[in-house]
Amino acid sequence: MSVRNRTNESSRNRRRSVGVLAIAAVAAVAAVALAACSSPTAEEPGATSASSTAASGLEGSITVFAAASLKSTFTELAAEFETANPDATIALNFAGSSDLVTQITEGAPVDVFASADEKNMAELTDGGLVDADAPVDFATNVLQIAVPPTNPAGIATFADLAKPEVKTVVCAPQVPCGSAAVTVEQATGVTLAPVSEESSVTDVLGKVTSGEADAGLVYVTDVIAAGDAVTGIPFPESSEAVNTYPIAVVKASKSADVAQAFVDYVSGDVGRYVLESAGFGKP
Amino acid sequence: MPGRRSSSYAGIPGWVVIVAVIGAAFVVLPLAAMILRVNWAEFIPLITSESSVAALLLSLRTSVAATALCIVLGIPMAVVLARAEFWGQKVLRSLVLLPLVLPPVVGGIALLYTFGRRGLLGQSFEMLGVTIAFSTTAVVLAQTFVALPFLVLSLEGALRTVGTRYEAVGATLGARPTTVLRRITMPLVLPALISGAVLSFARALGEFGATLTFAGSLQGVTRTLPLEIYLQRETDPDAAVALSLVLVIVAVVVVGLAHQAGEFTGFRRGASS
Repeated sequence: MSVRNRTNESSRNRRRSVGVLAIAAVAAVAAVALAACSSPTAEEPGATSASSTAASGLEGSITVFAAASLKSTFTELAAEFETANPDATIALNFAGSSDLVTQITEGAPVDVFASADEKNMAELTDGGLVDADAPVDFATNVLQIAVPPTNPAGIATFADLAKPEVKTVVCAPQVPCGSAAVTVEQATGVTLAPVSEESSVTDVLGKVTSGEADAGLVYVTDVIAAGDAVTGIPFPESSEAVNTYPIAVVKASKSADVAQAFVDYVSGDVGRYVLESAGFGKP
Repeated sequence: MPGRRSSSYAGIPGWVVIVAVIGAAFVVLPLAAMILRVNWAEFIPLITSESSVAALLLSLRTSVAATALCIVLGIPMAVVLARAEFWGQKVLRSLVLLPLVLPPVVGGIALLYTFGRRGLLGQSFEMLGVTIAFSTTAVVLAQTFVALPFLVLSLEGALRTVGTRYEAVGATLGARPTTVLRRITMPLVLPALISGAVLSFARALGEFGATLTFAGSLQGVTRTLPLEIYLQRETDPDAAVALSLVLVIVAVVVVGLAHQAGEFTGFRRGASS
């Protein structure tokens, strides 16, 4: 041990400077990593817009938190908005509505919130983070039965899902798609015995596309987005549980004018066209 | 130099201590922050609700089963990796340890394509009338998949450290390989086996991604404590925080017990040899 110490003595100065360098390097890496985590990446402006107007004078960057089911439509709408307003930039963040509410409540910097249900928006208006009269309903969504393309269990109606030999997967009642499923069950008097109650639509869809489940209850927009991976079976009872999507400017927004312009854009003609192409209904 | 040994901290540079304290705070502070958010008035009702108890019991049951499976499969794997020499051994070791570094969701997808209804083995199971998807068995499989490397890793390391000297002596005295394994090798590495088993148990208890992807989520069948916490967070953050604390306490107790058990067996071995 002492031998080792003596050898080290000679190179102590060098080692010390290496140590300091190492600390500096660690600190730098940490700083860069943190910065990368906190700085939102702006969506690149893409498609040219039919409605692109002359320079609107809107300037600034906003962050939009939107429900996961809005990913493709809002990505498209944000790109078109940026084309129409070259001095405005939009950063998008998609997640489950309740996750987003938690993030906003915990102080995430956000200008616009688009929720997949009214309950989560109500949490923000109740908490004073969004003005009570700010939310605007901009879309609706209904449930549809998703089955593997071969439809191995021969599902045709909502009642078929309750058959004991059918492996049905639904969302848990705690999440919006699950509470919609419960509403339909109550309205029809059909009681499902699902093999799994997932915590998100994505997980339900995953079980159907992988063929583990014979059928799943998801939104019509999820079926359209999944393309050939699943087949959608509409059922009339779905009108019993229509999900309404509200959007609002968050009070703390530093670019309230750009934020309001984006809200108007989404709830306006262009927004409605894009949303309807993806399967969303009129509010 | 015996004098230097006892005050070995003198050899630690000051900046190392500072960074170590920052690191420790990084681990401990989030736990403290979570405990500060616990709604103590509602704590007992929240953790004794039907769904919470079902999730906790399921988690304990499946984690014990997964740990047993890890021990049964892991001991032979560790012995082969540590004692045998064969072509492709290094590659095999890396593959066996892969679940350590794989994102659990990826593990779940891989299990799905193996044991799922349309999977590699799932179709054969289906013909035998065994359905794994959406069953408690699927949870145990997912937990075993992610926990197995912990046991293999710690046991293999211990086997290499203790060496083959005593085993060779036993063999020259006429003991068969199984007797050597049972009477010499295993007692020597018992502390490592226990700590490896505890690590596996803890990993199984915390398993989330693979279970969610592969087994689904149904109360009392496949919804383990981490899945219950994830779901409760949607509507009842208080319940999620309360259950998180329960999971932390269970983990701390388990790790503490294991540490003691490991030290005890280690001490006994040292005294008897």
